[in-house]
Amino acid sequence: MKEPSGIIQQTAGRGIPVRGNDIDTDQIIPARFMKVVSFEGLGEYAFYDQRFTEQGAPKDHPFNDNRFKGASVLLANRNFGCGSSREHAPQALMRFGIRAIIAESYAEIFQGNCTALGIPALTLSSRDVRVLMDVVEDSPESVIGIDLEDKRVMCGDLEFSCDLPESYRNALTAGTWDSTSVLLDQLDQIREAHSRIPCFITHQE
Amino acid sequence: MNSRENLFNKVWDLHKVATLPTGQDQLFIDLHLVHEVTSPQAFQMIRERGLTVHHPERTFATADHIVPTDNQQRPFSDYLAEAMMSALEENTREYNITFFGLDTEYQGIVHIIGPELGLTQPGMTIACGDSHTSTHGAFGAIAFGIGTSQIRDVLATQTMALSRPKVRQIHVTGTLPPGVYAKDIILRIIADLGVNGGIGYAYEYNGDTIASLSMEERMTICNMSIEGGARVGYVNPDETTYAYLKDRNYAPQGAQQVQALEHWASVASGPDAVYDDYYTLDAESLAPMVTWGINPGQAIGIDQRIPRIEDIEDPQEQESIRKALDHMGFCSGESMEGKKIDVVFIGSCTNGRISDLREAARIVQGNRVAPSVQAFVVPGSKQVARQAEAEGLPEIFAEAGFSWRHAGCSMCLAMNPDKLQGRQLSASSSNRNFIGRQGSPSGRTLLMSPAMAAAAAINGAVVDIRKGGRI
Ligand code: SF4
Repeated sequence: MKEPSGIIQQTAGRGIPVRGNDIDTDQIIPARFMKVVSFEGLGEYAFYDQRFTEQGAPKDHPFNDNRFKGASVLLANRNFGCGSSREHAPQALMRFGIRAIIAESYAEIFQGNCTALGIPALTLSSRDVRVLMDVVEDSPESVIGIDLEDKRVMCGDLEFSCDLPESYRNALTAGTWDSTSVLLDQLDQIREAHSRIPCFITHQE
Repeated sequence: MNSRENLFNKVWDLHKVATLPTGQDQLFIDLHLVHEVTSPQAFQMIRERGLTVHHPERTFATADHIVPTDNQQRPFSDYLAEAMMSALEENTREYNITFFGLDTEYQGIVHIIGPELGLTQPGMTIACGDSHTSTHGAFGAIAFGIGTSQIRDVLATQTMALSRPKVRQIHVTGTLPPGVYAKDIILRIIADLGVNGGIGYAYEYNGDTIASLSMEERMTICNMSIEGGARVGYVNPDETTYAYLKDRNYAPQGAQQVQALEHWASVASGPDAVYDDYYTLDAESLAPMVTWGINPGQAIGIDQRIPRIEDIEDPQEQESIRKALDHMGFCSGESMEGKKIDVVFIGSCTNGRISDLREAARIVQGNRVAPSVQAFVVPGSKQVARQAEAEGLPEIFAEAGFSWRHAGCSMCLAMNPDKLQGRQLSASSSNRNFIGRQGSPSGRTLLMSPAMAAAAAINGAVVDIRKGGRI
C-alpha cells in the first residue's frame, strides 16, 4: 500500500476497532522495537505485546483478526496515543496499513505526528465512535468514508460530523502536511528571526 | 512591557517567524537537542531531500536511551544499539554538531545535560525528539517534545509549525510537609487533573511553594507535565534560576551576563499576568504519592486507598480502573502500604539528579536492601555521577546492596539491557507506569519519589517514609 502523499481531502476504507481508553505509545509500539535507524518494517510490530504472548503465540487482538485484514481506518476511544513523542507509533500504524484514525480524543503530540505523515486523526463523540465500532464488528466489510472538506464520516446509512484541529485539516486538504517545504518558504524571515532574537549560548569548549 | 502578559505568550511572540497557510505559527527554535533514538530517520530525511542542518551551532547531541549502564565497551553487545550509536556519531560528524558521547565528560540523559551545561536558559524555545523536553521549562524556557518529522523540520529550518496552546496557571502554596517532594506535587496534580487534563495547555507552575524549590525540584515538576497531557510546563525565572546558571559551561559570562539577566527577567510573567485557566494546590495537604495503576494519573497518597470501582460513576473511568487493577493484580479499596517489591530503580530524567541521589542515599545509609529486592541507582549524567562519587554516595549505595551504574535512561524505558522480568513489581523514581514500559510486557511499575523508592528497597515493600522515624 502506497504511503500518503499530496492533497488529502477524502479517504475511505474498512474499519478496525481497537477498544480501550488511554492506549499509549508503548502499547502501539513497544520501545524494544524502536532500536532501528529506519522506519521500514515497523508495521509488523504494531501492538506487538497486545497481539502476541511472551512466547510469541498470537493473542486475540483486532490487528490479528482476519476479518479486519486490509482495514485502513483505525477506530479508538479516549486519549489514544498518549505517552511518548515517538513517531514510531504512527509510523508503525501507517506501515501496518492504517490511513486514517477516528477516536474520541488523542494525545496532542500523537495527533500532530499523525498529521505530519498524512494520516488524518479525527475525533467523534464517544457515542458515535461506539456506534461505528459496533457496526464494524458486526459487518467488517463495511466501508467508512471520510470527507475532510465537510468534516464528515460516513458508513452505510450512517453519517456523523467529525472534528480535527483546523490547522491539521488545512494542512491535509491543501497538501501542505509535509511541513518542511512550507517552513522553508520563509527563509528570509527565518534569517531575520535568528538575528533579532537574543541568544546567550556561549561556546567555550 | 505589558504586566498582564504571561511568559509563555511573550516567548512565543518573540519567536514567531510567520503565520503559515495552515493557520499555525512558525516558531524559531533557539536550541535543538538530539539523541540517538529519534534522530536517525530525521537525518535520513534531510539527506534524501538534499537539505542540510540549518544551525549546527544551535544543535547539541548526546546518547542516553540505549546506552548500557554496566558494560559500555564498544561495540555494544546489542548490535541494534550499536547501529543507533554509530548512526548518531556519523550524523553529528557529517553535520558538524557537538556530540556529548560516551567518551566525553558530559554524556547523560538529554534533559539532564542541557540544564547542567547551561545550554537551557530562560526565554528560549527548545525542541527535542523526546516528550520529556518539558523538563527544560523549569528555567522559564518553552520546551517542546517533538516527533521525527518535526526533528527534520528543526534540523532543516531551525523552525517548526505549531498551534498556540492555552496557558493554565498551576498555583501551589504552602510549605511541603516532611517526606513530601516535588515528585509528589506533580503526581498529585496529574491525579487531580487527569492524564488528559493538560491537552491543549501549557502549564505555568507558580506560587510560594514553587518559588522555594531548587532548580532540580522544578525540573522534576516540569518534566512530568507531559504525563498530565501538557506538552509544555514552565516556571518563571528568578534568582534561583540565575544562581544555578552562573558559571555553567555554555552560560553567558561577563558583560554578556548582564545583558542576559536583563533579557531573562523581561520574559517572566508580569505581576498581573492572566491565564486561560487556573488551578490551585495546597502543598501542606500533600502526602507521599504512589501509583497503583497503569498510567501516572492513577496515583494516591500513601495514606489513601485505591479507589473503589463502585464509588466511580463514569463507566469509562470504571473500565480504566478495572483494566489497571487487572494488570497490577491489586484490589479496589486496598492500601498500597506493604506491597512486596521485587525491583527498585532510582534514576531517569525525572529523578536522576544529584539532589535525588543524595536524598535516596540519606534513607539508605546504614541499611541493607531487603534480600528479595534487586535495587539499582543510575545517575542521570556523567556530571551527576562524578558529583556523587565526590560525595561518597556510590559507597553508601553499594554497602546497602544497590548496584551503582553508568549514566543513561536505563530501566525508565528499558531499551538497554536493564529490564523487569515477568510480573516483577518495581518501585521506580521514573515517570511512566504504562504496561510494558520497564521492558517486560507483564511487568508492573509503581512511581514514587526517590526517597520512597529507597525506603521500599530497604523494607522489601512499599512503606510510608513518614513513619518509623525515617524522615
Ligand atoms: S529517562 Fe526516561 S523519560 Fe527521560 S528521556 Fe530517558 S527514557 Fe525518556
